[in-house]
Amino acid sequence: MQRKVSPDPSNKVYFFATCLIDAVYPDAGMAAVNLLRSQGVEILFPPDQSCCGQPAFNSGFIQQARTVARKQIHVFSKPYPIVVPSGSCAGMMKHHYPELFAGTKEEAAARDFASRIFDLFEYLATVLNVRLDDRGAPTTVTWHSSCHALREMNVVQYAKALIGQLSKVTLVELERETECCGFGGTFAIKQAAISAAMVKDKVDDIRRSGASTLLAGDCGCLMNIAGAMAHGQLAIDGKHLAEFLWERTNGQ
Amino acid sequence: MGSKTSFDFDSNIDTALNDGQLRKNLRNAMDILVEKRRAIFPDSDQLQQLRAAGNAIKRRALKKLPQLLEQLEAKCTANGIHVHWAEDTSQANHIILEIMRRHEASAVVKGKSMVSEEMHLNRFLEAHGLEGVETDLGEFIIQLNHETPSHIIVPAIHKNKDEVAAIFHEKLTGTPYTEDVEELTAIARRTLRERFADAKVGLSGVNFAIAETGTLLLVENEGNGRMCTTVPDVHVAVMGLEKVVEKLSDVPPLLRLLTGSATGQLITTYINMISSPRKADEKDGPKEVHLVILDNGRSSILADPQLRQTLLCIRCGTCLNHCPVYVRIGGHAYGHVYPGPIGKILTPQMEGLEKAGVLATASSLCGACGEVCPVKIPIPDLIRRLRYESYDQEAAAVVDGGGYKKNFAETMVWKGWELANRSPLLNELGTRVAGAMGNHLPKVGPLKQWTSVRTAPRIARKSLHQRLRDEGVNHE
Repeated sequence: MQRKVSPDPSNKVYFFATCLIDAVYPDAGMAAVNLLRSQGVEILFPPDQSCCGQPAFNSGFIQQARTVARKQIHVFSKPYPIVVPSGSCAGMMKHHYPELFAGTKEEAAARDFASRIFDLFEYLATVLNVRLDDRGAPTTVTWHSSCHALREMNVVQYAKALIGQLSKVTLVELERETECCGFGGTFAIKQAAISAAMVKDKVDDIRRSGASTLLAGDCGCLMNIAGAMAHGQLAIDGKHLAEFLWERTNGQ
Repeated sequence: MGSKTSFDFDSNIDTALNDGQLRKNLRNAMDILVEKRRAIFPDSDQLQQLRAAGNAIKRRALKKLPQLLEQLEAKCTANGIHVHWAEDTSQANHIILEIMRRHEASAVVKGKSMVSEEMHLNRFLEAHGLEGVETDLGEFIIQLNHETPSHIIVPAIHKNKDEVAAIFHEKLTGTPYTEDVEELTAIARRTLRERFADAKVGLSGVNFAIAETGTLLLVENEGNGRMCTTVPDVHVAVMGLEKVVEKLSDVPPLLRLLTGSATGQLITTYINMISSPRKADEKDGPKEVHLVILDNGRSSILADPQLRQTLLCIRCGTCLNHCPVYVRIGGHAYGHVYPGPIGKILTPQMEGLEKAGVLATASSLCGACGEVCPVKIPIPDLIRRLRYESYDQEAAAVVDGGGYKKNFAETMVWKGWELANRSPLLNELGTRVAGAMGNHLPKVGPLKQWTSVRTAPRIARKSLHQRLRDEGVNHE
């Protein structure tokens, strides 16, 4: 998709929190905001924002998804880039919003909105060209690619490039990095047994990596994988990459 | 939820997930197939161009389908091939029965054909005192063991070498136990040679039917397809009506995509192009060739502009090989002829949502299938579409059984979700209530499923909304 905006790094950006960050992982959200601000970006946070609509969209409740999508399009109407700390929500808004309103009078607004969507790490790496100064202690991490960051947004290389900038962090890749962790929203509930088998294999892969921290860019995957690691009483920390980057560069 | 699902999907899944041997066999086999495909398509730009070409060719064929089928029939007939139309599988089976009876054949030797599986031909023939003899090695193995294929391309992939050795020893009288693969293959070959020599009728599938020339193209690696189509006096080919392509020049890109995606081969060992029965000056080949063209719901699928993409499929099976669900539950769990991602979209459309709509729930929508599909079928989009059809909130369903899952409770959940997510006050209130309750959320319903293998998510005391408001963030 052609970008409608060619963002000016000194300019303002909208921040779309995502519902999971808002309710469960606000620390990751604050870290993302702080990372952007540390690059001189002004954050605009429309308080009327909510969810991208993906849960309903993927479950067959398109009408309900459309109403919620319409709300976001309305709330983020000014021509600023919209930075999203989740590949999955970003993919929903960038690729599926235009579909949701195809052939209606709202299609143009949906396309305009979609063209302004950026994954957080994509924005940090390509628009802001951040240079990270690693102030943390040496550590080994691994990275989980969310399916939609990988296949819809195609932004995994940016997350990894940012990890690569941290001089004292060793990244060990997973054996089956491109395989789904089994979250899939309502899939984890509707096909609980298959989902459980998938997350078990993912956790085994993470354990074999020898990393002390699992990094991810999507809180759905994180909730699934970190939840399974905690349930299995593994001493591996699960963390949103934004939080990790902020901690390492902010000297915490 | 009022479902009349025709099979016990949950129980099948449970059985498969707990079968360690099955899961090991599947994982090993899928890893090999995935790696072979990757190796045969090393250049990703070239692959994307090829996929776009394959998609365009098949889309063009579907657009002109009625015209191309008429052209195929006319060309085949002119070439001396008898063309039969079957609206459903029962008609197709009776056409074959009639041909076999006319030639007083007690058995038919079969090359691998998923359409014949869709027809449950072997079962039908058995009920009429006749025999369908599978001659593809994988099909031969599972037929001995009274099983059905668990994969479109590699039907016995759920079995390992040791299990095959045991089946041969047990089912083929006088066969000593051996795990030597070459010896096992030789045993199958010896057994099948006799059947080929005796058979009056041979059956095959069709990979591509070329309208321009009236040619039936069939790929295979074992030579059994060539035996089935040339040794017996009568050859019957069966195909779904979506197999027709317009021109001979359409075939090379499709073949490259098919063999590369299916088995990671540049080309198969055998490519059979059948254009007529034996001619007067020819010394071999069948004296009679029949083509059975099966609809079985395909023309209804064709009617919908989005769902018709299901018919682009060239049956390479690579969506199965890349699917994180298929690799864990295997083909039999799906309870129908076509398993894996393609089965999840094809079967509910053929059988109706009430019987098979549950298959569409078995996807995390990870997108791996759509990413590798050689003809670019947007499988995740079509899975989502079938979920939508299942609830049919807007009374717009076109698939048989549309709205079968519609129920008050789930509708209210999503309506509540909708309300909360478009009303800032309710949204905030919901997050605050959950935050205040912290980890005291009752572990019932969905949360119970979730916490069987994971800890419950911790709702933050203060949402990001609150934290940013407290610090006075700008929101213009």
